[in-house]
Amino acid sequence: MGFKDLLSNIRLSWGVHPEGHKDLTSECGISDMPMSERLVLPLAQHIGAPGRVAVAPGERVLRGQVLATASGVVSAPLHAPASGRILDIGDYPVPHPSGLTAPAIVLEPDGRDDSVEFTGCADPLALPPEDIARRVAAAGVVGLGGATFPAAVKLGLGKRNPIHTLLLNGGECEPYLTCDDRIMRERAPQVVEGARLMARALGASQIVIGIENNKPTAIAAIQLASVAFPEVTVRALPARYPMGSEKQLVEFLTGVEVPAGGLSAEIGVVVHNVGTAAAISQALRSGEPLTERVVTVSGSGIARPANLRIAIGTPVSDVIAYCGGLKPGVARLVMGGPMMGMILPGDTVPIVKGSSGILALTADEIPAGDPSACIRCASCVDVCPIGLMPMEMAARIRAGKADTAVDIGLKDCIGCGTCAYTCPAHIPLSHYFSYAKGSLAAGERSRLKNEAVKKLTTARTERLEREAQEKAEAAARRKAEREAAKKKAAEQAAREAAAGSEGVPA
Amino acid sequence: MLVAVASLTLIATLLGLILGVAAKRFHVEPTEIVAELEALLPGSQCGQCGFPGCAGAAQALAEGSAPVTLCPPGGPALAQALADKLGVSVSLGGMAEVVPQLAAVREEICIGCTKCFKACPTDAIHGAMKQIHSVMREACTGCGKCVDVCPTEALELIPMPTTLGTWTWTRPAYA
Repeated sequence: MGFKDLLSNIRLSWGVHPEGHKDLTSECGISDMPMSERLVLPLAQHIGAPGRVAVAPGERVLRGQVLATASGVVSAPLHAPASGRILDIGDYPVPHPSGLTAPAIVLEPDGRDDSVEFTGCADPLALPPEDIARRVAAAGVVGLGGATFPAAVKLGLGKRNPIHTLLLNGGECEPYLTCDDRIMRERAPQVVEGARLMARALGASQIVIGIENNKPTAIAAIQLASVAFPEVTVRALPARYPMGSEKQLVEFLTGVEVPAGGLSAEIGVVVHNVGTAAAISQALRSGEPLTERVVTVSGSGIARPANLRIAIGTPVSDVIAYCGGLKPGVARLVMGGPMMGMILPGDTVPIVKGSSGILALTADEIPAGDPSACIRCASCVDVCPIGLMPMEMAARIRAGKADTAVDIGLKDCIGCGTCAYTCPAHIPLSHYFSYAKGSLAAGERSRLKNEAVKKLTTARTERLEREAQEKAEAAARRKAEREAAKKKAAEQAAREAAAGSEGVPA
Repeated sequence: MLVAVASLTLIATLLGLILGVAAKRFHVEPTEIVAELEALLPGSQCGQCGFPGCAGAAQALAEGSAPVTLCPPGGPALAQALADKLGVSVSLGGMAEVVPQLAAVREEICIGCTKCFKACPTDAIHGAMKQIHSVMREACTGCGKCVDVCPTEALELIPMPTTLGTWTWTRPAYA
C-alpha cells in the first residue's frame, strides 16, 4: 500500500471491517455447473417493469431465444438459457425477502443445445456508440453486482449529462463473495474490453477501475490487461465495507460527492460492475444474450464451496446439491452477500441475474443476541458511510414518525446495514429503515391512487352531465321537430281546406 | 350610586367600542374549509364513511364530528393529509390494519346485466350487455356499490392481494 493510499485510508471516516471469509472460495476457479432438469425464469429479474411473455406453454424454444421482451424504458428482455420446452407460465417462488410468488416461465431443457443464430461482432470497439447500447439492451444485460439495473439504460445516461469518467466497481466489499475477484483474475482482458466498450457508449474519456486491496492477484491481472490502454487507470481501494457502494466509490475515487437524491451521472461519473463489463464484452463479441452468471457458493454450511458459472433459472436446491449438499447445523440460506443479501425462505427459488452468491451460514456466522435498548453510544453514527444518524432515525420511526426521519436523511440511506452490523445493542436498524421506506412508498402509492380516483370520478360526473344534457337537447330537438311537423301539417290542412272552399264555388 | 352607574356605563361603552373596532379591524374572512376538505376527498361518493357523500363527510370533518381516518379508500395517506389540513394529530396505527378491499367478479355467475358498471363511481368495471364484466384493479376503491346492485351476487369484495410491487417490510418487533 502506497503512502497516498495510506493517507486516503486514514481520511475515511466510515465503514466497518467484517470478517472476510473470502478464503473459502477465493482460490476456487470458475467452473461450469451442468444444466438442471428444470429452469424457472422469473419475468422480473431487473429493476423496472417486468418483461412481457413472448412464448406459450408447450412451445419448443432454442437457446438464446427471447422468452420475454422488455416492456418499458427501464426493463430488460429474458432469453432461454437452453433449448427445450416451455412447461408452464405462472406464479413461482422467486428470490425476494417477502417469500411471495411472482410470474415466471418454466423451461425444461432437452439437452440438445440447439441455439438461434447469434450475430456476433469481431471488433465491437468499432461499433458506433448507439449500436453498443442497443446490442447490450438486446442481450438483456443488467447490473450483475446485485442491483440489476438494466445496463443499457445506464449506457444511455451520456445523452442527458456529459460523462467524463466510467468507474468500474471491483470492490466486492461483501464478505464471502469472490465471483468478481475470480472474473477479474480469469477474464481480465474481457473486463477491460467491456469497460472500453461502455466508455465508448457513454462518451467517457477516462476509465478508473477500483479494486479492494485484499485482491492483489486481481489488481495485477487487470493492470496487465490494461497496460496498453492509457485511458484506463487501476486504483487499489482500502478494504472496507461498504466500499463497493456506488456513492462511496465515486467519492473515494473522484473526490466529489454524489448529491443527495441525485445520480452520479449528474457529476459526470457512471459506475458499472466488473462482472457487467465482462458480460457486455462477451455479449457483443459472440452475440449471445446473458443467460448465465458466475455465482459464489460459500459459507461454513456448504460441503464444497465453489465459484460456478450457472444458467439463470437453475433452482438453488440443485446448486447446493452440486456443491455436495448442506452440512449439519445450517441456520440460514442467503442469496447475495451476508450484509445486504436476502434471507431465502427456501431452496426452491431460482438463480436470477442478480444472484452474486448463495451462502449457507451456520449459527456462528449469523448475528446473535436479542435487541436491547439503545445506549446512545453513537457507534452507528461513526460508521454510517452517508453520515446519517441511524439511532435517531430509528427512534423516530419507532415513534411512528417516519416522515420526520425523512427530514434527517432517511431517503439518503443506502441500506448497507453497516449500522445494524455495528450496533452493540443488536437493534435491527436497517430493518427499521426498510420498514419506514416501505410504508412511505405505500403512502405515496395510495396518494397517487387517490388522485387517479379523483380524476376518474370527475370524468364520470362530467360524462354523466354531458349525457344528460345531450339527451335533453335531443328530446327538445325531437319535440321541436314534432311541433314543426304538426304545425306544417295543420298549415297544409288549412291551405287545402282553403283551396277546397275556394274551389267549390268555382 | 350615580358615580358607580356612570363609571360602569363608561367602561362598558369604551370596551364595547374597542370590541367593535377590533371586530372590524381584525376581521378574518371565514375559510372555505369545507370546500378544501372536499377537494382532498376522493369524490367517488361511495358512502363507506357513513355519510351521504364526500360533501357530507367534509362537512362532518369541518365540524369535528368525524375522525380524519373516516375514508377507507383514501387510506393512511389521505388521513394524514386531512389531519395536516385540520391541524390535528392522528394515530394511523388502527388504519394500517384495515386491509384495502377490491371488487371481484365471479365469472361463472355473471349474467352481463351491466348494472354494476353503471353504479361504479370510478368506472372501474367494464363489459357490455350479456358479456362477462371484469374489474380494473387499479381504479377500484372497494366501495361495494356494485355488490349492492348485482342481481346474481356475482360480485364480492376481496382483500387486495399483496404483490412484489406492493409488499413492504413489517415493523420490527419492539426492542
